[in-house]
Amino acid sequence: MAETIPAGSTTDGAIQVGQPIDARVSTPASFDVADFPVPHGREEEWRFTPLERLRGLHDGTAVADGAVKVEVTSPEGVTVETVGRDDARLGRAGKPVDRVAAQAYSSFEKASVVTIAKETVLTEPVRIAVHGEGGTAFAHQLVEVGAFAEAVVVIDHTGDATLAANVEFVIGDGAKLTVVSVQDWDDTAVHAAQHTALVGRDATFKSVVVTFGGDLVRLHPRVIYGAPGGEAELYGLYFTDNGQHQEHRLFIDHDTPHCRSNVAYKGALQGQDAHAVWIGDVLIRAAAEGTDTYELNRNLVLTDGARVDSVPNLEIETGEIVGAGHASTTGRFEDEQLFYLMSRGIPADEARRLVVRGFFAELVQQIGLPDVEERLLSKIEAELEASVA
Amino acid sequence: MATLEIHDLHVSVEAENGPREILRGVDLTVKQGETHAIMGPNGSGKSTLAYSLAGHPKYTVTGGTVTLDGEDVLAMSVDERARAGVFLAMQYPVEVPGVSVSNFLRTSATAIRGEAPKLRTWVKEVKEAMARLQMDPAFAERNVNEGFSGGEKKRHEILQLELLKPKIAILDETDSGLDVDALRIVSEGVNRVRESGEIGTLLITHYTRILRYIKPDYVHVFAAGRIAESGGPELADKLEAEGYEAYVKGGATL
Repeated sequence: MAETIPAGSTTDGAIQVGQPIDARVSTPASFDVADFPVPHGREEEWRFTPLERLRGLHDGTAVADGAVKVEVTSPEGVTVETVGRDDARLGRAGKPVDRVAAQAYSSFEKASVVTIAKETVLTEPVRIAVHGEGGTAFAHQLVEVGAFAEAVVVIDHTGDATLAANVEFVIGDGAKLTVVSVQDWDDTAVHAAQHTALVGRDATFKSVVVTFGGDLVRLHPRVIYGAPGGEAELYGLYFTDNGQHQEHRLFIDHDTPHCRSNVAYKGALQGQDAHAVWIGDVLIRAAAEGTDTYELNRNLVLTDGARVDSVPNLEIETGEIVGAGHASTTGRFEDEQLFYLMSRGIPADEARRLVVRGFFAELVQQIGLPDVEERLLSKIEAELEASVA
Repeated sequence: MATLEIHDLHVSVEAENGPREILRGVDLTVKQGETHAIMGPNGSGKSTLAYSLAGHPKYTVTGGTVTLDGEDVLAMSVDERARAGVFLAMQYPVEVPGVSVSNFLRTSATAIRGEAPKLRTWVKEVKEAMARLQMDPAFAERNVNEGFSGGEKKRHEILQLELLKPKIAILDETDSGLDVDALRIVSEGVNRVRESGEIGTLLITHYTRILRYIKPDYVHVFAAGRIAESGGPELADKLEAEGYEAYVKGGATL
């Protein structure tokens, strides 16, 4: 239904002239929620999202009446602070790109700031536990990694919440940051967040986004390169069940020469009205010579009644690049595959498990954190068992 | 001794204007150590017989019985049939993306044997079986049937036959689409399994060509959903000379 509505329209009926920072967004990025008209659902960036399930995060009616508990566990060499809105370090990675992110930016009261000093190499991950205790909340987090420092940060979302948030990653020159964000919410939660990474000179950013839970999850992982030589790897896994809406909207802004990006998101879907949306926007600007980028999205539909919208976009403004490509496929686990595996003695539930594990295996191995990998695999098992039961 | 008994089997499929009967009373007994060739023109129901025995959900059994050593095969699910010892080498094996051949073979062997094969002996077993079928070892790391050539798919089917050691093997047009070399290699694989004397083979084919490599004990001509004539290997020679003409006259095909 959604795809029959023309894209690119704005609330005042005029088509934007002149490109905002992201060519496919109808309103330029801004910290101020007032700069964004209330979306009506036909805008390109909102056309897949069921607005009525955002609980007012998009139209100003959401009131911060809830609580989200943020606990940071960190090894030595990490500074953890809770700061006010006026802290000058906030907002440097980039501006909010949609009304919900701007609402979060305009509404949060305290921000968590995690700093890894320059040249500090952490041997243990920093763990940020975000636990929803019901109601609506607005949050802001900043992770800053100094020059030549190396860190792994695991952000774990659990519980129930209606949460709008911005998470910033500021990665110093030559630094390496891996961020694993797990959305393991209760099935009642609504989570809309923008994760913006500013990648320094010769710095490496690796993002792993894992989404299982929630009634509605809508994430914007974004990468901006502050200087040449940056490298970004963005991996994602999602398992979308009955009635869940899980949306991942990636944007990689190649605005600087000689940067690389690699995106691989994989999702499995099962059950009635399971809806996954994947948008992969890569923009290679005229200045970004020597860019090397590839993005991939694969979906595996396990049952009838599920829906996938997968939209890779590649916009290239210079021919002086190393490589640029994208791929998107959505396949079904078909009765014929099930028959084939069963005809070799493999029971139906095990056959399904074999296929799903195989589908995710390569990506799971990219995470590089055994405890997260384990948890992920057991989560996949649990999701599958629920489907078989 | 394992015996597959098919008695008065009737099978239909769902067609646009209601169910259509394809098998119209098939009677056949296959004993361990025997090889039966089932030959017939296109559309005579040969493949339907193969898939019905394996339990494909597309086919509905409307009458008759199938037993393996007295056990009711028709009451078993697809995987139960396989574990009971029925193996179907498919004409068009299905691609299973994301599942490597080695993982698939091991999972399957574990299910059929009732316990996971010991890793060390298993690796050796697979390697040797692949070598006999002249399969590149790199094959094990590819996804099941994904991007396989026709010949590779058939070798992979016979590899499974060798590893899973069923009581009854149904080979559905395993010869189709194979060049002479591949046909020889695949036939040798089937013969190795047959030589054990522990398997009953149901060889379904359109052509007599494969019978030069795999010698049947019995030949049955399939027409219009049932066995029209049975005999020894000499019946194949007759078919080679005369074709199926005699069996399709009078609109006997479906």
